[in-house]
Amino acid sequence: MTSADLTLALPEILLALFAIAALLGGVYTGKDRSAPLILWLTVGFMLFLAVLVGATSGEARPVFGGLMVDDYFSRFARILILISGAMVLLMGQGYMQRNDLLRFEYPVLVALATVGMMVMVSAADLITLYMGLELQSLALYILAAFRRDSARSTEAGLKYFVLGALASGLLLYGASLVYGYAGTTQLAGIASVIEAGQLPLGLLMGLAFMLAGLAFKVSAVPFHMWTPDVYQGAPTAVTAFFATAPKVAAMALLARVLHDGFGAAPGDWSQIIAFLAVASVFVGAIGALLQTDIKRLMAYSSISHMGFALIGLAAGTAAGVQATLLYMAIYVVMSVGVFAFILSMRRDGRQVARIDDLHMLSTAQPLSALALLVLMFSLAGLPPLVGFWAKFSVLAAAVNAGMVWLAVAGVIASVIGAFYYLRIVYYMYFGEEREALDRDIGPVERVLLVASAAVMVLGVINLFGIDGAAALAAQALVR
Amino acid sequence: MLNLLSIITFTPAIAALILAIFLRGDDEAAQQNAKWLALVATTATFLVSLILFFTFDPNDTGFQHVEEREWILGLTYKLGVDGISILFVMLTTFLMPLTIGACWNVTHRVKEYMIAFLVLETLMIGVFVALDLVLFYLFFEASLIPMFLIIGIWGGKDRIYAAFKFFLYTFFGSVLMLVAMIAMFMDAGTTDIPTLLTHEFSAGPLNLMGWQVVGGMQTLLWLAFFASFAVKMPMWPVHTWLPDAHVQAPTAGSVILAAVLLKMGGYGFLRFSLPMFPVASDLMAPFVLWLSAIAIVYASLVALVQEDMKKLVAYSSVAHMGFVTMGIFAATQQGVDGAIFQMISHGFISGALFLAVGVIYDRMHTREIAAYGGLVNRMPVYALVFMLFTMANVGLPGTSGFVGEFLTFMAVFQVNTWVAVVAGTGVILSAGYGLWLYRRVVFGPIIKDSLKALPDMDRREKALFAPLVVMVVLLGVYPSLITDIIGPSVAALVGDYDGALAAHEAANALAQTQRP
Repeated sequence: MTSADLTLALPEILLALFAIAALLGGVYTGKDRSAPLILWLTVGFMLFLAVLVGATSGEARPVFGGLMVDDYFSRFARILILISGAMVLLMGQGYMQRNDLLRFEYPVLVALATVGMMVMVSAADLITLYMGLELQSLALYILAAFRRDSARSTEAGLKYFVLGALASGLLLYGASLVYGYAGTTQLAGIASVIEAGQLPLGLLMGLAFMLAGLAFKVSAVPFHMWTPDVYQGAPTAVTAFFATAPKVAAMALLARVLHDGFGAAPGDWSQIIAFLAVASVFVGAIGALLQTDIKRLMAYSSISHMGFALIGLAAGTAAGVQATLLYMAIYVVMSVGVFAFILSMRRDGRQVARIDDLHMLSTAQPLSALALLVLMFSLAGLPPLVGFWAKFSVLAAAVNAGMVWLAVAGVIASVIGAFYYLRIVYYMYFGEEREALDRDIGPVERVLLVASAAVMVLGVINLFGIDGAAALAAQALVR
Repeated sequence: MLNLLSIITFTPAIAALILAIFLRGDDEAAQQNAKWLALVATTATFLVSLILFFTFDPNDTGFQHVEEREWILGLTYKLGVDGISILFVMLTTFLMPLTIGACWNVTHRVKEYMIAFLVLETLMIGVFVALDLVLFYLFFEASLIPMFLIIGIWGGKDRIYAAFKFFLYTFFGSVLMLVAMIAMFMDAGTTDIPTLLTHEFSAGPLNLMGWQVVGGMQTLLWLAFFASFAVKMPMWPVHTWLPDAHVQAPTAGSVILAAVLLKMGGYGFLRFSLPMFPVASDLMAPFVLWLSAIAIVYASLVALVQEDMKKLVAYSSVAHMGFVTMGIFAATQQGVDGAIFQMISHGFISGALFLAVGVIYDRMHTREIAAYGGLVNRMPVYALVFMLFTMANVGLPGTSGFVGEFLTFMAVFQVNTWVAVVAGTGVILSAGYGLWLYRRVVFGPIIKDSLKALPDMDRREKALFAPLVVMVVLLGVYPSLITDIIGPSVAALVGDYDGALAAHEAANALAQTQRP
């Protein structure tokens, strides 16, 4: 262990130390009265770390003797996780406060989960990978059940925990098989075993189990069952968090394992990923059709979107990974915008989440309705909005890899999916006059909602250069 | 001028932005301001597009006024016009001020209405000037958003059903085209349309899951594009969204839908299907010709029994679009000339007919034919205008409607006589439904009390129809106005098409002789 290693892992270490300090600070000072302060500090610190990670550059460097790696890929994913985590914390504050949920543990748990995710995306070893994943998951289980006096929320937490533990078990079992057949837990070592021309069945079995575990984390079909219930049951601010950073982390981890560990044999896993992708886009699209709760709808929508991101991975090429990263980045921005709105949905001061609460939003809150309209069309993948470019890049990657059928399946599902996004537009613009939602959206929510819609529109000019960063990250992973 | 096309394309969008940001309030004054700004912006766009028109050199068959810039993901932002696209640009910019004028009586959310139309104009012009595959798709697909809102917010009673049907039908058609476009991108390595026009897509037989695909990749790409354009046109049997959308859309929305949006499909066939996949087009031509013939006869028959005026005009649009596809896939100079002529002329005629329906709808708030009768007694000017456009719709010589039908008939008769015969009966039927509609609405005694106090067209309405009357008659007696401009480009298109087919035949023949 040298100082160089410590420097490279500095963001993770700093955030972990910060979380502990914040926990101690919270316990020994004002408890929940200090929660807003801790929350703001956490946001500031996470943004600072994002800048810190962004400032590092250079080729891939192993950390702690190959337990972790610091490359463009992990930097891209970490920046995305940190920024989206910070944004979600920020916009959730008002909601948590109103619902009497703003305890000081909340930002601390988010920070700890973020540490876990950062470790996940820079893991280069099955042990680190599992460690990061569990740190993340345990924090998330608690967050899901954060509203202790609500049966829904505790049910969500318990469900998430039980199924998550099963998935972790599958992953661990898979990892042990991989270790047994490859003789090493390091991804680079596994890669060299495969490159040497051996791919024993046991290794494949191990991969399959690991994929099952990871598919659970990205909520890909058929491991998606938990998603709607947890999305609906958890406090909305926590749901917003679930929909963003952890998805990025899990998807990045999946890409890391597949390309760093098994990149030499894409033919052996790309069919599995393709199946997960197709199943996800269709189940997500069809499942959302009849939802009445907007949080459940977003859960199915996220399943469908994860399917699209997986299409990029299924291509098994650098362009595919680039597309997936681009997709995740764009998806996160859209989710932040939509959840910023959902967090502010209130009637007579009470939080609501039914889709028909949106009736004629366009007359009550023209600006919010317009922003949400843009986001819905973007989620549906209509050009010129940025959501289209996300879909375009994954489809292009699939076609380029010769998987035209996958692209065709994807676009058909996107037509089905367009229906429920249109349905939201329908309620907002063509619906009937009903009792309107409260107009006093908090400033943070409003800014994030409008900003995310603006990004969707203006991105058509140059995508804010994020495609270049994603390309750099993809090249670091796929050589 | 350097960025002429960008200026034409984005002027309306900028006006929409100004409206969205700077116009506050929903009182009478604000509504007037919104309308006037929209009118000024669309008129300015038209005036600028006149510069384009007069600086255009018809004898140059390449793309003119080309602009090119680097864009995202390896694509380019490239605009340009040739003899085929320029008239569609002119049609759009010409009709937009009239459309804005047609919604002068709207009072429900005027600002948003104007924004939707201005954005729509940008997207429609963009479709016709885009020279990058994905840029084209972007404009093509994005036009669904404002149209969906126009139908959904300002439409009639069943507007929601119509809006969803319109959106999902056309969206489904075009996503397959997106996949095909990506496949072309991967095959040719570029999305530049001029380059793709010269790229030869493989037409060798292809094995797809045990099925032998004749014409190979070209056929598959052709089918994907066909799915999109056929829905957009719309061709029988995927036309069912059109009557619903038309009936429910507000007058101005119907005008734009019939006059410009439908033309995107025809333009797509001319820009992509015919020149890029000649072998597949040739293979599929009989299929398309027969579909067109069925469309003409079927839609005309259905139009005969309609009780709703807008629905009748909508079905007549389907029939007239049948002539367009027929002309295009006859793939001769006359056929393609006729198809383009028919599209431009149908833009004026159908636009005018929907406006004419709008005029009496504004007064009576019903589109039911039976609610009218004897209008000539109270509205002589209206009766005259309506007659002119009914006759043009029927295809009376001396109006623009005749030229297009005649040219396409000539072409199809030489290519496939039976199709021409079947389609010919459609012309008779069109005279049937057109004249019968006219008789029921305009002639006869005026018995209904509600009709007895109808005022004739006011100045605004006369001003709306005047330019359309001029164009329909002018093109009817002097068709070279159009054919001179499109002629050289169409000749080049047809020449390349025949050349590609001959080369393919020769390659096949060579392969036959070399086989032992």
